[in-house]
Amino acid sequence: MKIVACIKRVPTTEAQAKIAGDGKSLDNAGWQYMASFYDEIAVEQAILTKEKLGGEVTVVTLGPSAASKEVREFLARGADTGVILKDDHPSMRDPRATAKALAAKVKALGAEVVFVGRVATDRDHSAVGAMLATYLGWACVTEAIGLELSAGKGVAKRETEHGVETVEFSLPAVITCNKGLNEPRRASLKGIMAVKSKTIAEEAFENVAAQVTVSKVELPPARKAGRIVGEGAAAVPALIEALRGEARIL
Amino acid sequence: MQTETPSPYTLPEIKHGFDLTQDQAMIRDMVREFALAEVAPLAHEIDENHRFPEETWKKIVELGLPGIPFPEEYGGSNGGTLAYCLAVEELSRVCGSTGLTLAAHVSLGTFPIYKWGNERLKKAYVPKLIAGEYMGAYGLTEPNAGSDSGGTQTTAVKDGDHYVLNGAKCFITNANYAGTFICTAVTEPGIGAKGISAFVVPRDTKGFRIEKGEQKLGMRGSDWASLVFQDARIPKDHLLGPEGEGFKTFMKTLDGGRVSIAALSLGIAQGAYDVALAYAKEREAFGKHLSELQAVQFKLANMAMDIEASRHLVYHAARLKDANLPYAKEAAMAKLMASECSMRVTYDAIQIHGGYGYSREYPVERMWRDAKLCVIGEGTSEVQRMIISRNILRNS
Ligand SMILES: Cc1cc2nc3c(=O)[nH]c(=O)nc-3n(C[C@H](O)[C@H](O)[C@H](O)COP(=O)(O)OP(=O)(O)OC[C@H]3O[C@@H](n4cnc5c(N)ncnc54)[C@H](O)[C@@H]3O)c2cc1C
Repeated sequence: MKIVACIKRVPTTEAQAKIAGDGKSLDNAGWQYMASFYDEIAVEQAILTKEKLGGEVTVVTLGPSAASKEVREFLARGADTGVILKDDHPSMRDPRATAKALAAKVKALGAEVVFVGRVATDRDHSAVGAMLATYLGWACVTEAIGLELSAGKGVAKRETEHGVETVEFSLPAVITCNKGLNEPRRASLKGIMAVKSKTIAEEAFENVAAQVTVSKVELPPARKAGRIVGEGAAAVPALIEALRGEARIL
Repeated sequence: MQTETPSPYTLPEIKHGFDLTQDQAMIRDMVREFALAEVAPLAHEIDENHRFPEETWKKIVELGLPGIPFPEEYGGSNGGTLAYCLAVEELSRVCGSTGLTLAAHVSLGTFPIYKWGNERLKKAYVPKLIAGEYMGAYGLTEPNAGSDSGGTQTTAVKDGDHYVLNGAKCFITNANYAGTFICTAVTEPGIGAKGISAFVVPRDTKGFRIEKGEQKLGMRGSDWASLVFQDARIPKDHLLGPEGEGFKTFMKTLDGGRVSIAALSLGIAQGAYDVALAYAKEREAFGKHLSELQAVQFKLANMAMDIEASRHLVYHAARLKDANLPYAKEAAMAKLMASECSMRVTYDAIQIHGGYGYSREYPVERMWRDAKLCVIGEGTSEVQRMIISRNILRNS
């Protein structure tokens, strides 16, 4: 079975958010990058699927050449090949443009199942997976926390507000992966050494204009500093007063 | 007010390139992640209880770390000395004992058989040591022969197809879990170092036993024990290298071992610095964070510089070994510099923590106790200076 996992290179959680000079993007000076948290789960599920049903895992990302670091990491964990759809301005892409580019590549690869993260931890759109399925005309299961695949079909579990839902679907399909679906493995030493002989292709993609563009970015308002109203039991009335009056939470 | 113990999980990222190759950087990152997730949480407990964490060793084996510098035909991954040192460094950053466990197993317990063993010995033991079926130990030090290891008193007398060993070794790392013990013994008395030979002693050898080691100051999560030979019969083919060359073999082993002890020292220093830096940014005194006080800033500057200099020496020595170039002098320099750096940095890290640093609630006092091993094991600082000066004078 041909399996694809789509991943995105995002800033690490320690990256400081600072608005860039243009007022509509973030200043990325000094940022470090990683694969988006949920994409790790997507790749793990792809590798688990290969281990169970056989096949080949291709990791696809739309991003800069530097994303080869993240792709290599997944190759070291057990993915077979990596493809970078080379995009030097990934922040300009809206979910539709990204999904279109990925759909073309998935088709070309002849994949039968695609795993993506539930959401990319930088832009929080939660849209690419579903749009990708739409462009491919495939079944789409979002936010899976459990999955069983067999020939031509699958059963997934999804967590909703009201409980856990079990859904059946036919392949080909796009699965967006949620926390709890699996525990991503670490790269093994053998995997790391084997990466040297694996290729990461850089390819061009058909660049469609974004329909949604960012016009302005604002940082969330800074939280007000706390205030110590006093010490010990004697301070309780003042505290209650402050919680009622100022904070209005009592 | 009690400040919360800084969790090792929040240690800042080390941002240095040092021209690592892709796989070296990946190995470092993989071990770093493993160390933070699986090794750091146990560091305090194993130190407190003087306990060897068998569960951690199993995970280290699963990751394949004992095989990093060995070729694939033995089950290794051919990653080289530098990658192996990076693994030791990352483990030691959160737990010196665990770094020592790996360093002793690989450099002392496995490498000599791989390098000097005959085909039979290599095939019989190296794959099992790499696969972690058992650990490897190295017995050079004796009650009356430490720095002066040429003064080895254990004897080996040939008897048919065997050598019969009598004597004792002490302070032997990983001994309780080892399947093989590489040991020195005198085969020709009266001629000094040239009369010493090296043997691979299987654990189940009759007449050979392991005796419990003493309580330790530091490295309390690392195992050690004494070895006793009473008419222990070792098959002739378990001689490691030619008869009379054991001392030379052991000294060359220590050259390599020193690079890993240097990496161990570097890791301890980096860990202590990370924790001290985080603490200095949190703790307030005189209405300021400690990190705003110049006296503390200067300490941090010295620590950072010391570590950076050590790292250059350690990686350089490892690279020389990887390039098959002479590296004995550089290994001794790296070991001396990094181990003394780890003493200075852990000492200052305690000072920055004040009374909290002196308490067992914080990791820096453990790091300081662990660091002390680094200026003693695999040649004391005095011995390193002897090696360096000998190398300089020989070539001048
Ligand atoms: C935790 C730990 C683990 C160890 N693991 C192992 C192991 O796995 N295998 C093994 O074989 N050994 C091991 N050792 C032993 C270690 O290698 C020795 O302790 C070390 O080599 C020093 O020998 P010694 O203890 O006999 O001290 P000594 O040789 O008695 O030295 C005492 C002091 O005298 C100084 N000194 C000695 N000779 C000279 C000289 N010529 N010039 C100047 N100063 C000198 C030394 O530097 C030192 O300061 C371990 C030790 C420790 C603490």
